[in-house]
Amino acid sequence: MRRVLRALLICAALYCGGVAAAADPIRIGTTPVFLDDQASFLAAWQRYMEQRLGRPVRFVQRGSYREITDLVRQDRLDFAWVCSPPYLRNRDRMVLAAVPVHLGKPLYQSYLIVPASDRSTAGFADLRGKVYAYSDPDSNSGWLAPQAAMQLERIDPSRHFKKTFFTWAHKKVVEAVAVGLAQGGSVDGYVWETLAVLHPELTQKTRVAWKSPWYGFPPIVARRSIDPATLSAMQELLIGMKDDAEGRGLLKQLNLDGYERASERLFDGVQQNLKFYQDF
Amino acid sequence: MLANLKYHYKIPLSLILVIAVTALVVSGTLTLRAYQDAKRELVTSVLGLGKVLSRTLRPALLHDEVWQAFETVITPLDSRVERRAGERLIVVLDRRHQIYVASSPERFPMLERLAVVDAEFGELGRRIAGRGSDEPFTAEETGWDYIHVVMPILAQDGARLGTLIVASSRALFLPQFYDALGGVALSTLAVLLVLLPIGWYWGRRMAEPLEYLAESMTKVGREPIEELRRGLPRSGDEIGMLGAGFDRMLHELEEKKAMQKQMLASERLAAIGRLTAGISHEINNPLGGMLNAISTYKKHGSGDAMTMKTLSLLERGLLQIRETVGALLVEARLESHALTKQDIEDARTLVTPEAQEKSAQLLWSNEIEEPLPLPSTQVRQILLNLLLNAVAAVEHRGRLECSIARVNGSLRMAIANDGRQISRERMDHLYEPFAAQNDEAAGGSGLGLWVTYQLVQQLNGSIVADSRPTGTTFTVDLPIGA
Repeated sequence: MRRVLRALLICAALYCGGVAAAADPIRIGTTPVFLDDQASFLAAWQRYMEQRLGRPVRFVQRGSYREITDLVRQDRLDFAWVCSPPYLRNRDRMVLAAVPVHLGKPLYQSYLIVPASDRSTAGFADLRGKVYAYSDPDSNSGWLAPQAAMQLERIDPSRHFKKTFFTWAHKKVVEAVAVGLAQGGSVDGYVWETLAVLHPELTQKTRVAWKSPWYGFPPIVARRSIDPATLSAMQELLIGMKDDAEGRGLLKQLNLDGYERASERLFDGVQQNLKFYQDF
Repeated sequence: MLANLKYHYKIPLSLILVIAVTALVVSGTLTLRAYQDAKRELVTSVLGLGKVLSRTLRPALLHDEVWQAFETVITPLDSRVERRAGERLIVVLDRRHQIYVASSPERFPMLERLAVVDAEFGELGRRIAGRGSDEPFTAEETGWDYIHVVMPILAQDGARLGTLIVASSRALFLPQFYDALGGVALSTLAVLLVLLPIGWYWGRRMAEPLEYLAESMTKVGREPIEELRRGLPRSGDEIGMLGAGFDRMLHELEEKKAMQKQMLASERLAAIGRLTAGISHEINNPLGGMLNAISTYKKHGSGDAMTMKTLSLLERGLLQIRETVGALLVEARLESHALTKQDIEDARTLVTPEAQEKSAQLLWSNEIEEPLPLPSTQVRQILLNLLLNAVAAVEHRGRLECSIARVNGSLRMAIANDGRQISRERMDHLYEPFAAQNDEAAGGSGLGLWVTYQLVQQLNGSIVADSRPTGTTFTVDLPIGA
């Protein structure tokens, strides 16, 4: 009788666990640090994760980096692919999960792009009095890195340009420069290179006039309160993507080599920029 | 050139011209209307678009979201072709009327005045800056590439955040306009196809009577009048009046011709009268002498039988000559009493047996009751001559008519028979002496009508013969108390 009861309890527990798992998906926030506007790719990646984690996965998108950052801070997201400045500013609420590897390194650059018709511009100094597009104030490559670079050149970014604006996505910076709305823009080098593969007709209308130093790639972070099992399961999944065909297919679409574990030291450059900017 | 063109062509051509001009004017009006409709439709749709856009742009302008504003203005221009061809431009101006964003950023650089774009937009910018009210308005000038619809972008509290310009190339509504134009052209063509033949036919019908009239006029004098009269227009309009006038003219022409002929005939008859009178006198004088001589010789001479026989032969011949000459020389006999009803009835008595001989019917009407101041002898002779002629002409079992009455101060005697028509040649010389001698049907001495004519002339009357295939009527009018 007791054995029967125990068996029943186990069944119930298993059942409840299944229900709990179904009702409590892993929520992953995405930002335009990659081309997160490709719904079919995200669906495929979601299926890939669900199969391997045995849990439902939900991708969450918001209009700016800040909104995603806030959701992680409020523990309403389990993971997020964000830019390095939000991570560095919120290390009390976030832990590093993994960092993407692009062209063999977990590094990327910020590009200064100009319309392809502009053959002369070589740096920020040449864009005096022009309209300039940034991607997001929480982006390193689309805001912080160019700010720091201009300071090094003794340029006051707030007076240098006639007008600046945020497009809230790297891809849209490329578009703004391509159509001539802005005469210059700062864009994530990895996004620009990926666009050059996927939409060459767009990037062909722009020219990379300047490249920043190398910085740590925008990482995938987890909320600090995440249970270690989930964190390590996700880390294993991301790092293991390059080891199976389906994962490689997804990585190819992301234009990445894979993911690897990262240390905080990777973002020293960004940290320096942040300090620089705050001092300025 | 036009004056020489025949009405045969002029009227149909005029009708066709009127139809064509009307069709062109109507289709021109329709075309203009279609153009305006197309434009109005465009402006209406642009106003609707503008309303939505200005609402959508409000937060972008409020928060200085350039990219959001740009994405908003390019959204309605989804078709790349439309954007590239510049058929529709959407421009947002900021509070200071500087360009904020535009669907073609390269052409409309940010924070520049509209004047940097081109003259057209420069003028538009001046109009926008000079305009006080926040009402939407349309700007269009000949020579401009676009029709501009300008509307303000207002904050919730009505403060002006900026200005929205939707510039639509004329090329945008041209296809719709061409569609309408095609429809108009087609229906015009159809109307013309139907109306032009009708116009031509109608014009020809209108010109026809005129043509006939003109043609008939050119034939006057060359063709018999009766021939010309046939087919003259008889309508109540001006051409009908013209036709009637022409008919009247022909009639008068005919009368004049008849009168001329009659005058010639009476002149000839008068000449013959004078001639016969002269000759008669010239013959009568020696004749009287000769007859006297023979008479004297017969009384007092002692001639043998041979001489007497010769003389009596001569006398008979001379007497015949005197008789003939006497008949030719119609002399007024002075001793004549006034005409009574009985005088006329005597003529009836005389002629009745002859009529009965031919089983002819004699219809007699005598309205004379009182004696008339006319010489009875002459009148009786005229009546008798004509009656005898009529009896001679009437067919077997034919019909004779005689009516005598007072008409307008004259005595009218009408004697008719249903015998054969008198030939045209004979009519021309009807009253001339011996004219009937070659005409076997006429018979008689050949002096009957001559004498009758002379008597009527002496009484200042008139005699008219009317001969038709149905019969012949002689009408004599003798003035009473002349």
